[in-house]
Amino acid sequence: MKRLVLTALLAAGVAATALAPPSAHADGKEQYVPLPTYRVGPYASSGTLWWAGTLDYFRYINEVEGGINGVKLKIEEFETEWSPDRTVEVYERVKNGKDGAPVAFFFTHGTPASYALIEKGAADKIPLIDPAGGRTESTDGTVFPYAFPLLFNYFSQASVGINYIAQKEGGFDKLKGKKIVTVYHDSAYGRETQAAVNLLAKKYGFENFQIPVADPGNEQSPQWRQVREIKPDWVFLRTWGVSTPVAIKTAQRFGIPADRIIGDVWAGSEADVIPAGTAAKGYQALAPYPGGPNFEIHDRLRKAILDTGKSDLKDKKFFGAVYYNIGLINAVLAVEALRAGQAKFGNRPLNGEEGRWGFEHLTIDDARLKEIGFQGLLQPIKLTPADHEGGGAARIQQWDGEKWVLVTDWIQADRDTLRPLIEAKAAAYAKEHSITPRSPTAEN
Amino acid sequence: MTHVSQTLSSSAPLAPLTLPARRPRLALPALLLLAFVAVPLVGNDYWLGAILVPFLILSLAGLGLNLLTGYAGQTSLGSGGFMAVGAFATFGFVVHGGLPLPVAVFLAGLVTAGAGLLFGLPSDRIKGFYLMVSSLAAQFFFEWLFQKFPWFYNYGSSGTIALPRFEIFGLNAGSALGRYYVTLAVVAVLTWIAANLVRSQTGRSFMAIRDMDTAAAVIGIPVYRTKVLAFAVSSFYLGIAGALWAFVYLGSASVQSFGISRSFQVLFIIIIGGMGSISGNFIGAAFISLLPLAIDYTAQYFFAGHVDAGLLQNTQKAIFGVLIIWFLIKEPDGLARLFRNLGERLSNWPLRF
Repeated sequence: MKRLVLTALLAAGVAATALAPPSAHADGKEQYVPLPTYRVGPYASSGTLWWAGTLDYFRYINEVEGGINGVKLKIEEFETEWSPDRTVEVYERVKNGKDGAPVAFFFTHGTPASYALIEKGAADKIPLIDPAGGRTESTDGTVFPYAFPLLFNYFSQASVGINYIAQKEGGFDKLKGKKIVTVYHDSAYGRETQAAVNLLAKKYGFENFQIPVADPGNEQSPQWRQVREIKPDWVFLRTWGVSTPVAIKTAQRFGIPADRIIGDVWAGSEADVIPAGTAAKGYQALAPYPGGPNFEIHDRLRKAILDTGKSDLKDKKFFGAVYYNIGLINAVLAVEALRAGQAKFGNRPLNGEEGRWGFEHLTIDDARLKEIGFQGLLQPIKLTPADHEGGGAARIQQWDGEKWVLVTDWIQADRDTLRPLIEAKAAAYAKEHSITPRSPTAEN
Repeated sequence: MTHVSQTLSSSAPLAPLTLPARRPRLALPALLLLAFVAVPLVGNDYWLGAILVPFLILSLAGLGLNLLTGYAGQTSLGSGGFMAVGAFATFGFVVHGGLPLPVAVFLAGLVTAGAGLLFGLPSDRIKGFYLMVSSLAAQFFFEWLFQKFPWFYNYGSSGTIALPRFEIFGLNAGSALGRYYVTLAVVAVLTWIAANLVRSQTGRSFMAIRDMDTAAAVIGIPVYRTKVLAFAVSSFYLGIAGALWAFVYLGSASVQSFGISRSFQVLFIIIIGGMGSISGNFIGAAFISLLPLAIDYTAQYFFAGHVDAGLLQNTQKAIFGVLIIWFLIKEPDGLARLFRNLGERLSNWPLRF
C-alpha cells in the first residue's frame, strides 16, 4: 500500500511539473531575468558570492530605484552545478519568458555553457551574455549576433598580461628574448588564450612556453619542475578553482617568486590566495573586476541593502570580495544595456531582439560611471554591433597578505593587433556553418 | 520478458508449476504509439528538446552498460569514456572524412565497439571490482586522449567539438521535434535489437557467464570471446549514445561532458532501474534525469523566495539521495522489478488470493 501511495505521490510530482505554476499575473511591466547559478558543486564557494553580488544589485534597482524606468526585474534562479547540460535545460525552460514577462538576455555563467548554447541563442534570438569569458571569436558580432563575450575576452586577457609585463620590464622592446611561461588549466577556458599569446610572442620576440595542468590540479610538482628548468622571467597563471592556490604554493616550493607570477581573471580572487597562505604574498592578478568594499556603489548598497538585512550575502565579511564585485559588475552591465534598449524601444520590458540592440549600443563613459557609483570598479565600455566585447582593459591587483591592493590604473589590451585573429576565426565559423555575416551599417 | 529467461535469472531450484497465461501484449504497441504520436502532439519545445531527448539518450547509454554489466556480469566505469569516443569519432568522420551524419554516427559506433573490445581484453584475467578499476583506465585514457591531441577537435582553440547544422539526408532536423524523432527512432531500433539479442543464443551465453563463468565454460560457451563481445556490443551502444548526446542534444561537447561523473550517472541508472532488464534502463533514466527536475519544480513552486536559495538547492540534493537509498532498500533489484510486482498485483486485483 505504501508503494502505491509513493507512486501516487511521484505521479503527482511529475504532473505538477507539467502544469505551469499559476502566479500573480504580471501587469506587463516586468522584465524576466533567469539566472543559471551554481550554489552546489565544486565551484559553489565562488558562485555563492557571485550571485549575492548580482542579486543585491538587482534588488537595489528594484527597491531603491523602483526598477529600470519603472520596469521591475523579475529574478529567478536555477541550479546548474556549473554543468553545461543543466544550463541547456534551464535555457530551454526559460527562453520564452514567464507569465508574460519576456527574456531580454541570458547569462550563461560559464564558457562551456556558452559554447553549448551559441547556436540555440542565435536561432531563438536570445543574447547570451558571458562577461570575461565565452567564445573569443564571438566578439565579432557580424557573425555572432547573439553572443557577447562582454567586457574582457580571453585574447584581451592574454594581451593585458603581456602589456603589464612590458610595463614592468620598461617597454615592449625589452620583451625580446624574455621567457614567459603560461601555466594553464587544461580546458576550454585554459586553452583559449594560446593563439593570442603565440601572435604576441612573434610580434615582441619573447619565448612562449605553454604548460597544461589537468583538471582539477591538486598536484602540480611535474609542471613546476618544468617551469623551474625553463628559468622563466615571468609566469602567466591561467588556472581555475583549486588549481590556483596549489600552483602558488608549488611555485614557492620550486623557488619561483610570487611577484613574478601574474594570475588571470579567474585566478585572482580571495579564494585563490588565502588557501596559499604566505606563499601568495606579492602575487598579482588581472582585475577587470577589482576587489574592495570601498567604491561608491558599495556605500549605496551598504545603506540600502546590507544594513537593512536584504542582502543575499550570508557572511558580511565577503562584502566587496572579488567574486561579489563580479556579480555587481555583471548586473550593472545588464541593467545599463536594458536602459540603452529602453531608450530606443520605450520604457517597457524588452524581448531578446531588443535586448540585443541594447547590448550592442551599450555605452558607459566616465560621467555615467560616476553617476551609477562604479568609478574605478568598472572600466568605461562601448559596444557596437561589430564589437561585442567593448572594454578590453583590466587593472592589476596585488595580494599583500591580507587584501588585494590595486597597483595600476586600467591597462588596455592591444585589441587592434588581435582583431584580425578574431575575425579570421569568426570567418572560419561562418563558412563552416554557412552564415552570411550581417552588415551592421545596413541596419537601423 | 519471457518465462524462460525469468527462470534463468532467478535462482529458483524448481520449475514453475504452472505456466503463466499469455495475456495479449498491448503494452508495447501502446507505448510506441504514445511516444511517436501522442507525445509530439502534446509536448512543447521545452519538453521535447530539453527533457525527453536527454532522457532517451541516457536510457540508451544505460542500455549499453546494462548489456555488459546486467547481462554479461562485467562491471565497468568507463561508460563516459566510450561515449566520448562515439562523439569525437562522429565529429572526426564528419569533419575529416566528409561523411553525412547518420553514416558517421554508425561508423563511430563501430569505432567505439573496437575501443570497447580493446579495453575488454583484461576481462580474461580480471573479475568483479578489479575489472571495474581497470575500466577506469579507459575513462581517463579517453579523457586525456581527446584533450591532448588537437586533431580530434580539429585544432579549435578550446577543445570543444560542434557540428554545422543538424541535417539528416539533407533535411533540417534542428527543431526540437526533429531532434526528438531522430533520437526516438534510434533508441527504438537499438532497443528492439537489444531485446532480441538478450533472448538469442548470444544473450543466453552472456547470462550464463554472469551467473557462473566456470559452469558456462563447462557447457561449452567460449567465455573469453563472449566477454569481449559483450564489451564490444555495449560500447557500440554507448558510442551511439555519446554521439547523440553531443550532436542531437547539446549541439556541442567537450571531454568535460563525458567525465567520470557521466560514468557514475549511467551506472546509477542501471542500478536503480534494474540490472539485467531492458525496461529498467528507461525507468532508471527517468528517475535520474526527471526526478531532480520534478523536485526542482516543486521546490521553486512552493519555496522560491521564502527559503535561502543555497539551502534549497542543497536540500534538493539531499532529498534525491534519500529517495535513491529508500528505493534500493525497498527493492534491491531496481525499479523495474518494483513496477513488475506492482503490475502483477494489479493484474490479480482485487482478488489477490
